[in-house]
Amino acid sequence: MLICTALSLLPKETSGEYGPIAGYVPVVLLLLIAIAFPVAALAAGRLVRRKVETPEKQIPYECGVDPISDSKDRFSVRYYMIAMLFLVFDVETIFLFPWAVIYDKLGVFGLVEILIFLGILVVGYYYAWRKGALNWV
Amino acid sequence: MNSLLCSALFFLFNAAQAAQQALPEDGGGPLAGLKQAGTVNFVVLAGLLFVVGMAGVLTRRNIIVIFMSIELMLNATNLNFIAFARYWQLQGSLTAANGQMFTLFVIVVAAAEAAIGLALILAHYRNRKTVEVDEIDLLKW
Amino acid sequence: MPLLNILGYPTIYETFAILPELLLVLFGCAALVLDVLLPRERKELTAYFCLAGIGTALLALWQVFETNRIRLPFTVFYGMIAVDGFSLTLRLVALVAAALAIAMAVKYLDVEEEQHGEYYALILFATSGMMFLSSGVDFITLYVGLELMALSVYVLVGYLKWNVQFHEKRGEKSSEAALKYFLMGAFSSAILLFGFSIIFGLTGTTNVEQVAGLLPGLFKANMLTTTGDARLMAIMGIALVAAGLFFKIAAVPFHMWAPDAYEGAPTSVTAFMSVGPKAASYAMLARIFLVAFAPLRVTGDPQIPGWAVMFGVVAALTMTVGNVAAVTQQNAKRLMAYSSISHAGFILLGFVAGNEMGYAGAVFYLMAYTVMNLGAFGVLLSLRSEERVGDKLDDLNGLYQKQPALALMMLVCLLSLAGIPGTGGFMGKFYLFGGLIQAGNKWMNILAVVAALNVVISLYYYARFIKAMFTGKEKEEAPVTLSPPLHATIVLTVILVLVMGLYPQPFSQLSRFAVERLGPPTPPQAAQK
Repeated sequence: MLICTALSLLPKETSGEYGPIAGYVPVVLLLLIAIAFPVAALAAGRLVRRKVETPEKQIPYECGVDPISDSKDRFSVRYYMIAMLFLVFDVETIFLFPWAVIYDKLGVFGLVEILIFLGILVVGYYYAWRKGALNWV
Repeated sequence: MNSLLCSALFFLFNAAQAAQQALPEDGGGPLAGLKQAGTVNFVVLAGLLFVVGMAGVLTRRNIIVIFMSIELMLNATNLNFIAFARYWQLQGSLTAANGQMFTLFVIVVAAAEAAIGLALILAHYRNRKTVEVDEIDLLKW
Repeated sequence: MPLLNILGYPTIYETFAILPELLLVLFGCAALVLDVLLPRERKELTAYFCLAGIGTALLALWQVFETNRIRLPFTVFYGMIAVDGFSLTLRLVALVAAALAIAMAVKYLDVEEEQHGEYYALILFATSGMMFLSSGVDFITLYVGLELMALSVYVLVGYLKWNVQFHEKRGEKSSEAALKYFLMGAFSSAILLFGFSIIFGLTGTTNVEQVAGLLPGLFKANMLTTTGDARLMAIMGIALVAAGLFFKIAAVPFHMWAPDAYEGAPTSVTAFMSVGPKAASYAMLARIFLVAFAPLRVTGDPQIPGWAVMFGVVAALTMTVGNVAAVTQQNAKRLMAYSSISHAGFILLGFVAGNEMGYAGAVFYLMAYTVMNLGAFGVLLSLRSEERVGDKLDDLNGLYQKQPALALMMLVCLLSLAGIPGTGGFMGKFYLFGGLIQAGNKWMNILAVVAALNVVISLYYYARFIKAMFTGKEKEEAPVTLSPPLHATIVLTVILVLVMGLYPQPFSQLSRFAVERLGPPTPPQAAQK
């Protein structure tokens, strides 16, 4: 919505007359608005609210489990397995793009082809899932 | 090393510019149309990326960095394919889209290769606690 | 033929042409699911399931041949897959290699306590990749087939995990071998691919036959442009493709990965990768160099030697380096790795010769090499037991006393590898040498002499095996036990080796059928230099 506002502020022919730089005017405007908005919101909150200092208010998560040890500790990221699976499954979708562009021309044939392709992916997914590759170790 | 690369980049960029300006305006010879699509720039950049990747594979010690260099080589190839596909498309070749298709396949295969490569690196790290190629020395001669 | 007709779908009829590959992928996926469902102690059932899959694929391959016999050769899928003698023959070799490799592995994996269904599924996937390498006539198909094969084999090489109760460094060696093989393989793929992109840039097509039609045009007129000579670019592309492919077939100077990968891999995988992927890489080499780059095999221009000269030099280097390095090896798997490098050099001789006899000889040699190498590795596999690693040359000591029949079968395989008359290996070498002599030029005769000297060197290290088996004294009395599938495999390979040596007509006919459409008609200026 902010972008629309910014764009509507501009005269239509700007970019034509002033060259490519003028095209960045909406971006600069948006940047200014994006900076102004949180500053205004935080300032308003600071002005309006009451100040009550308690120890609980100083910890990172006020409602939740009490934190243990220092927040700068190293901890093991058990994410790599999912990351490797994501890498494969994410990139496979690249084959869906050419199909999606002309799927109406390919018709049933294309649909069957892509379903076979997705079926192979599902077999791989089922295998990874049953092997426990998705478990948080 | 970095300054060397920068100067090489600068030199090649200038070479590409000069090449583009020197190309004949009207068609003549199989590569004359290259200017039309600005293909020379892409091909020079692709060649440079490929050489940088190759240098990385040959000089680096860390397996992950070597692996990244290989990916760089593959991406240089992709750039080449895309540039040439556009060039041939402008020439009106019917098979020009093959280059774009090739790129899609290279991207997918590179992802599969990355997954398998990282898994192998991980397996090796669990066994030997190192990712330096100098220390991969159990098998020799 | 317009290749971009997106409205013309491949028909069922066209799909039928790749039915064997489809069946393999189907069985591979089913094997993965089956492995999840089977209880831990019944995993070896996956092996028999996959063997059934290969059997079905063999039947399908026969059907493809039988129903299309009159129409051969033709292409399907917009000229991306060829159904011709070459693809049918090499697909047969791939299927046979996979079937034998699976049958050999069942018991071995039990001993290593690594019996999982993935092993067999990966072999099926690799085999379907190998078959696409044999039948692909487009750079895209070839590349995807190559990677399908290579990625599966990378994983198989790193298959053994660390386990404290097994021989020292088993898992470390396996993962190290896989890592080296992977890095080298990915590197070579990237080089190969860059070569493809340059060839595509020069010709605007990825189809090997169209490339063959367009490449000579670049060499005819001296068309200088400011980007450099188009010829220079073509030569660079061909050189990059050649370098990438030489990596894959482990030819000198790109052979360094092979001994490490062969030694670290599980022995059953070494057996498989020394024949299947190697034969498929040769299929790819043949498709690219004997079809796409065929016009440049020998050029009329004295300043630009054709690629035949490069192949000749590489072949001589490969044979010599492989054989000389094999002489001092103590590890049997490593020795076999160097021996397989030298065999790679021998097969290249067929490409250098450049006549039908040479090409047919290369295919024949590939078939003979597949069975004789699998036979030799089968015997090495039988040595593995709970007490013995079985990959040292000394482990063969006294095999004749313990298992005379097994020792004799190993003897046949080794004599065939060395090229003694009466075996398949001899006939293969005979055809290759014959092709060289037939080409009848001074350099090819010199190459034949180099190859003959190499046969002598190879005799020496194969004799080391024989000496160990028949005269070596055994230290410990660990018995050699054979599982029925392994026994059957070894017997089958030995029979095939002997048949190829004593009654080679069917096989030489098959190899001539394979190459009848390959390569150009011999150019008039065949005498180079």
